[in-house]
Amino acid sequence: MQTIQLDLPGVKARSEGSRDSAAPVQPVQLAPARPGSPVQARQLTKRFGDNTILDQLDLDIRAGEFVALLGRSGSGKTTLLRALAGLDRITSGTLDVPQARAAVFQEPRLMPWKRAWRNVTLGLDIDQPRDRARQALAEVGLAHRENAWPATLSGGEAQRVALARALVREPKLLLLDEPFAALDALTRIRMHQLILALWREHRPSVLLVTHDVDEAVLLADRVLVLEQGRIVSDITITQPRPRSAERPEFQRVRAQLLQLLGVEIEAVAEPAAPAPSPVHTPFNFSNFSI
Amino acid sequence: MSVLAPALNVPPPSARRWRFHRIAPLFKRAIGPLVLLAIWEAASRTGVLPDRILAAPSQIFVTLWELIVSGEIGSNVLVSLQRVATGLAVSLTLGTALALIAGLTRQGEVAVDSTMQMARTLPFLGLVPLFILWFGIGEFTKIALIAFATTFPMYLTLYSGIRGIDSKLVEAARLFGLSYPQLIVHVILPGALPSFLVGLRYSLGVSWLSLVAVEQINATAGLGYLINNARDFMRTDVIVVCLLVYSLLGLATDLLVRAIEHYALAWRPTFIKD
Repeated sequence: MQTIQLDLPGVKARSEGSRDSAAPVQPVQLAPARPGSPVQARQLTKRFGDNTILDQLDLDIRAGEFVALLGRSGSGKTTLLRALAGLDRITSGTLDVPQARAAVFQEPRLMPWKRAWRNVTLGLDIDQPRDRARQALAEVGLAHRENAWPATLSGGEAQRVALARALVREPKLLLLDEPFAALDALTRIRMHQLILALWREHRPSVLLVTHDVDEAVLLADRVLVLEQGRIVSDITITQPRPRSAERPEFQRVRAQLLQLLGVEIEAVAEPAAPAPSPVHTPFNFSNFSI
Repeated sequence: MSVLAPALNVPPPSARRWRFHRIAPLFKRAIGPLVLLAIWEAASRTGVLPDRILAAPSQIFVTLWELIVSGEIGSNVLVSLQRVATGLAVSLTLGTALALIAGLTRQGEVAVDSTMQMARTLPFLGLVPLFILWFGIGEFTKIALIAFATTFPMYLTLYSGIRGIDSKLVEAARLFGLSYPQLIVHVILPGALPSFLVGLRYSLGVSWLSLVAVEQINATAGLGYLINNARDFMRTDVIVVCLLVYSLLGLATDLLVRAIEHYALAWRPTFIKD
């Protein structure tokens, strides 16, 4: 298993099975920890210049828990995910994450010059990489595309290869950064089902960053709402899966979350203003299509 | 179509017409050059175009044939090819190393790039006398000059290729645990390859051109030697033959780079055939 080096201040990668309590770089008051939580952030702060993006944030994700993170643009969702991934240094606080982490981003981020199966085993030093890649691709239903170049894959297929690439690493923490945002509605529904099936199979802890309230309520055990760098709401969803958006409980949680995000349901329900007639639309390149 | 063939085997008229349509444009396109050749030949025969200005096409073909049969062309091209290959091996190593230094580190960029940007504008021909003073008139100077002239296209294109790599891919590679050397081999070099191959194409072209200058220096063989020698004896036919060889070498170079591209850039949408 390849591991990601965490040489960032305040970030401590915990190896499997050892609950060592190495002193964090900055001494902070630890909130009562849930023992065994693979992800523990305490007083996590991230600043870019004078802007505080994450403000003394506390977060626990339990083993095998599916957590969705909602928030408006600029609320710090992606910053938090990048901190958990080890891609950005944190300014202060402590962050305790498993070494075995993987991520799927909004764009598939496949190496265009590597065939699908080589993308799956990218950077892995394992025996019979091709068999492992084939197995992982079969899990996402793409065994027949193992030799495809990424440029020949559809958006959904490419995202499934990215998912296979994450899962083949057997992550303890799977980070999903709006992975379905760029997909069409039908593909997105299929991807939701796939991700739930794979999560049940492999049981990683999942952090799904999204701005789609329905998606969050549909998939997650817990939905967190991030605002100005703090978690302002932590809602546990107990409905059994598969969940239906028709159910009143679903509607209730959805309305609650939308309100937290500052969207009034009444305003949403109002009919949209008629679109201006194309005849009167002044020409510009953004609405010009051949 | 043979008269003895059964009538049924005669291809239908549509097929014949189709074949004719494919060949006809070629003939049409050849008319212009052929007319030009005819005028050139006529001008030479009538004495309007004297031999010392430009040899007649017929004379050029005779000379070409003689040079091929005597092995003169072959042996000289071989000598030049060796020089070009050695020079390119040096510039490939140097250009790649410098581009990696400048492309991958901020300090490297500061140290290398401005120097390279200055050096690349130095007129290559102006350096010939200096190189002779420094390195003598032997083989070393010839190869050093070829290497000098061909390093810059490789450096510039590889450097810009490295800088143009999608940082999101680099980030993903880091997240998936690639070490720094792995990152270079699996992400940075393949990503910069399309740009670099443009530089390689350019370098190959420059290397042929540099021969003319380089093989003036105390050379006893080589394509440049042949062309310089012909100039001294006002053998315009030999000069034109050498130019023909140059254009063939250019064509061969292009085919070589195309072959490399076809293999190495098979992942690019334009090369993918499904």
